[in-house]
Amino acid sequence: MAEPQAFTIEQFYKNISQKKLMGGKCRKCGKIHLPPRPLCDKCLSTEFEWVELPQKGKLLTYTIIHVAPTQFQSMAPYAVGIIQLENGVKIPGMIRDVPLDKIKVGMRLKMEFEEPQHTQQWPQWPRYHFKPF
Amino acid sequence: MKGKPLASIVSAGLSKFGKLEGLYAREIFAQAAKEAYERCPKLDPKKDIKALFIGHMGESYEHQGHTGATAADWAGLLHIPATRTEAACSSSGAALRAAIFAVASGLCDVVMAGGVEKMTHRSTPEVTEFLAMASDFPFEQWHGITFPGLFALMATAHMHKYGTTEGQLAHVAVKNHYNGSLNPKAHMQKEITLEQALTSRVIAWPLKLYDCSLITDGASCLILTRPEIAKRYTDTPVHIIGSGQASDTIGIYERDDFTSLKAAKIAAKQAYEMAGLTPEDIDVAEVHDCFTIAEIIAYEDLGFCKPGEGGKLAEKGETTLKGRIPVNTSGGLKAKGHPVGATGTAQAYEIYLQLTGQADKRQVADAEIGLTHNVGGSGATATVHIYRRG
Repeated sequence: MAEPQAFTIEQFYKNISQKKLMGGKCRKCGKIHLPPRPLCDKCLSTEFEWVELPQKGKLLTYTIIHVAPTQFQSMAPYAVGIIQLENGVKIPGMIRDVPLDKIKVGMRLKMEFEEPQHTQQWPQWPRYHFKPF
Repeated sequence: MKGKPLASIVSAGLSKFGKLEGLYAREIFAQAAKEAYERCPKLDPKKDIKALFIGHMGESYEHQGHTGATAADWAGLLHIPATRTEAACSSSGAALRAAIFAVASGLCDVVMAGGVEKMTHRSTPEVTEFLAMASDFPFEQWHGITFPGLFALMATAHMHKYGTTEGQLAHVAVKNHYNGSLNPKAHMQKEITLEQALTSRVIAWPLKLYDCSLITDGASCLILTRPEIAKRYTDTPVHIIGSGQASDTIGIYERDDFTSLKAAKIAAKQAYEMAGLTPEDIDVAEVHDCFTIAEIIAYEDLGFCKPGEGGKLAEKGETTLKGRIPVNTSGGLKAKGHPVGATGTAQAYEIYLQLTGQADKRQVADAEIGLTHNVGGSGATATVHIYRRG
């Protein structure tokens, strides 16, 4: 039998590498955590189950980054925003495949998984972004 | 009892803020300490000061941690207990609160609270990376969100919900640069125009260069005593009559509202209740304008205006030196500069000057009650303090 999966950020990204967006649902109070946590901040329970989260949502707010950190400099200017998924859970991410001047608060977006990059450095988390549909 | 002093400031010191080439953080802190000693001839620092609490955000800048003991040594205070507090840009706001606990508990009669950061010797990309450490790494930084980007997300949300404009943000920058031009210790002592602010290059839309605070070197400190003994050291103490601190999620995406900082609202409520005062009672305030939008949100979180009206407050000039409630008379983080660890107690330094009538060209007439509002990172920490002329 497979080891039970820990409700951790590391496991969240392992799921992303399988192209799955998964949250941790508290078995006691029902709160869905993204990222998953080992201790429910609402009711202090440690009992969770994995739930698959909707990959579609709407844009709550955004910015266009012009001055970027070193590793993102080649992409600048680029858009990032906070997306509210269809079940109400919020997640930040880059917004791509749309002209920057066409981005609007309230627009519908869906998640796209990116191929994992294999480097020696920590962390080896795969990335995702959002695009219109 | 409401309004009862928790602790009293009997002296304060501030280094020059700016690009302090060739100096190490501990040497800059010594400048601030020296000024505080000179302002208070009745104090025997080596004999009287019983503890040091110092805010410092990052080891990365100088490859140096363990700031408590180092700062105590360079301030000539060995072998007192010395503790560093870290709460990102609210590190010395947290140090001030720890110092208040030390005297209010009765454990110490006299303590020093302060802060320091040396930043300008590092490249802008390096500083950007170090500052971003105050925000969430796995979900914000990892997906390309910069520190200005987080406040830009708040600005977009504020504009969308309330109709706040880029012009209103620019009014904050123009005001704070004007105030900075009157402050001989400010990093940038020059006025700017609305046109300059609005046409400066974009950093993280809608925030432009003049919406952002400065990368600055500097140090600040306060000498605090139990209120009962303050008059032994000075005829003009400033009493701290309210103190609040609160926390919030490290990732802003987890919050219910991006147009307000809940930690700041909670900390403000605590401080007002402790002081027995309301926002209308505040004569002068130093607020955390790490970005212009942060000052507008601060007006609302502190109750200087209703939610959504912060932009108009700035536009109408109500927070200028001659306005209804002057804010950031020092020039703020925007023009005085933002050596992150030093900012919290540097704000208190300005209020100390205002309430003791020492603020020179930027003096607010007859200021009796002051407030400081110090935010860590993108709002995961906030400290608010209220002061009364002694």
